[in-house]
Amino acid sequence: MPDPTLARPHDPPRDGPLRYAHDPSRLLLDIRNLEVRFNTPEGVVYAVNDISYGIHEGEVIAIVGESGCGKSVSMMSILGLIPKPPGEIAGGTATFMGRDLLTLPESDLEQVRGIEIAMVFQDSMTSLNPVLTISRQMTESLRRHYNMTDEQATARAIELLELVGIPDAERRMSDYPHQFSGGMRQRVMIAMMLACNPSLLIADEPTTALDVTIQAQIVELVSRMRERLGMALIWITHDLGVVAGLAERVIVMYAGMIVEEADVDSLFDNPHHPYTMALLAALPRVDRRRDNRLNSIPGSPPNLLNKPRGCPFAPRCIYTIDRCRSERPPLIPLSPTQRTACWVTTSDDFKYERRQDSGYESQSAGTYE
Amino acid sequence: MGRYIIRRILQAIPLLFFVSIILFFLMGQLGDPVATMGGRRVTRPADRERLTRQLGLDQPFYKQYLYWLIGNDWAKIDMDGDGVAETSGTRLGILRGDFGNSLMKRGQSAWDVIWERIPNTLLLMLTAEVVIVVFALLIGIFSALRQYSLADHVITAVSFIGFSTPIFFFALVSIYIFSVNFKRWGLPSLPAVGMFDPQVGKTPGQVALHMVLPVMTIAFVSIAAYSRYIRSTMLEVMNQDYVRTAKAKGLQGRQILFVHALKNASLPIVTLIGLDLALLLGGALVTERIFAWPGMGRLFLDHMLRFDVPVVMGILIILSLMVVVFQILTDLTYAVLDPRIRYD
Repeated sequence: MPDPTLARPHDPPRDGPLRYAHDPSRLLLDIRNLEVRFNTPEGVVYAVNDISYGIHEGEVIAIVGESGCGKSVSMMSILGLIPKPPGEIAGGTATFMGRDLLTLPESDLEQVRGIEIAMVFQDSMTSLNPVLTISRQMTESLRRHYNMTDEQATARAIELLELVGIPDAERRMSDYPHQFSGGMRQRVMIAMMLACNPSLLIADEPTTALDVTIQAQIVELVSRMRERLGMALIWITHDLGVVAGLAERVIVMYAGMIVEEADVDSLFDNPHHPYTMALLAALPRVDRRRDNRLNSIPGSPPNLLNKPRGCPFAPRCIYTIDRCRSERPPLIPLSPTQRTACWVTTSDDFKYERRQDSGYESQSAGTYE
Repeated sequence: MGRYIIRRILQAIPLLFFVSIILFFLMGQLGDPVATMGGRRVTRPADRERLTRQLGLDQPFYKQYLYWLIGNDWAKIDMDGDGVAETSGTRLGILRGDFGNSLMKRGQSAWDVIWERIPNTLLLMLTAEVVIVVFALLIGIFSALRQYSLADHVITAVSFIGFSTPIFFFALVSIYIFSVNFKRWGLPSLPAVGMFDPQVGKTPGQVALHMVLPVMTIAFVSIAAYSRYIRSTMLEVMNQDYVRTAKAKGLQGRQILFVHALKNASLPIVTLIGLDLALLLGGALVTERIFAWPGMGRLFLDHMLRFDVPVVMGILIILSLMVVVFQILTDLTYAVLDPRIRYD
């Protein structure tokens, strides 16, 4: 029986050297060539297309991309949380502690979910069961996974709630989710998912439904809990501002593919995929005049019903060459810490300059100012 | 909560009045009770006139309704047709528990006629309801969990056949197979008529045996409809985010189903069953008729055809009352099942 105490003996050092996906040693989760499809009446939706990445013990990575780019689906599919049918895992492996999660029988997967890999979801209003008390929802995984008695589980649940900052936790155990505010509900959700001391926490846009000050609190809470428990963290978001302060490594997804993967400094200082550049250019900035319109990327993401032949970003890209439309670029290593899937920007003669010369910034500036 | 219940009851009173007025009016338009008078031969004109007067059928609508409602012991009525109202009325009115006298069964009060049938009907209908709910839940949940599997498709097909089969047809086919043909083939056959074999007597075993076919008939169509409803409700609930959360916590499928999903799915199911329970007392018109089951459905049909206003009105008012009562009970059950619903 795993030890249910919170402190972990092997808290990894925060300021150690960065570890990267191409280093296969000590990978906690190793995803290779994952393909997820949905068979709908309209046709096959290619939701996740051949993505590969890994995460080390105690590492924090962020997965960034706009809605519908396959961020959540890729994570849910490795935990067996997508409905099948219509969902279908068409290929790939997801090795976690020596076992392939994608071929694991359901009963074994139940032992991974919640204990080894936990997931915090986007909308805490709908993600908590409205007709069960917090106590019931907090204690059921403890009772199931650790065979705790009711008293033990209740005591532990109260301890967890206090840890995530729920005031008067003991009394609130008998409350229902609708009696909590949005931020408090998300805290309960986090406490619930940390109950069994997972070694990997997947946070699926946990701050989306919250207002900005609460968002900051939740980000702070999760990173504090991560440091305390020494778990690895995958933070799915479309908010690059959160990424900068939290993650060590960033994966940028577009149309179900990874288009760029880099350590956080390289990503912000030296982005190489045009989509990443465009995302950065779209960030609101304090050093800009306030009456400027926010930049946006013209066009819209491709329909995943058709598997794009070339680069999925080509129709919206300002650097597109013929090759982009006919041939899908692989992830090309630029440095030990950065890989980019682009024919143009990875070539030797391309030079990205951060400020006003960036194609996206000047184009947008010219259009809107 | 107490205040809420009182408010609901107070609201129900005018509703029931309104319903009773409409029903009473419609009953008056059905036909002349005196014309058939218990199915006997047409009476002589003089007798008919006397009967009409004695039953108060010559009175205007509002007066007939008033006498039915609160009785006529406070008024003088003209019994002998001399134009002078000198006899005191004897009716107490339905508000004081007097349903009036049955026109078809002379000498019996309408209440006695109805009361006699209530145990028979409840026995049949409650059994059928239990069978319906149990099987519909099992089939509905099963096919929701195996959506689009072969079993689900087969269940869907059978449900549509069941749903579109008229009850009388199913009843006759089941009699043809299980009573007639089974007997011919020398198999143990099921009785098709009545509550018990008069030669054996009214033993529990006999009654149970006689209930098989009617219960099967009532249940078949309802199971088909309910299981579809439960299937879609379950499918909706199983796709909710909180079920995904429960799964992400590593809970077992059974626990997710019975704790997380079923409690949420129970609200619409309770609504359905609540209305059903209210109408149980009404019996099953067609089924009771075909299987000669002495229940309320058959009583209603028999007395309706003879314009036996007191009995038919009695049945309808009891049913209206039950619907109102069970609706309040259903709403109270909501508050128990869903903590977001509060009636304060």
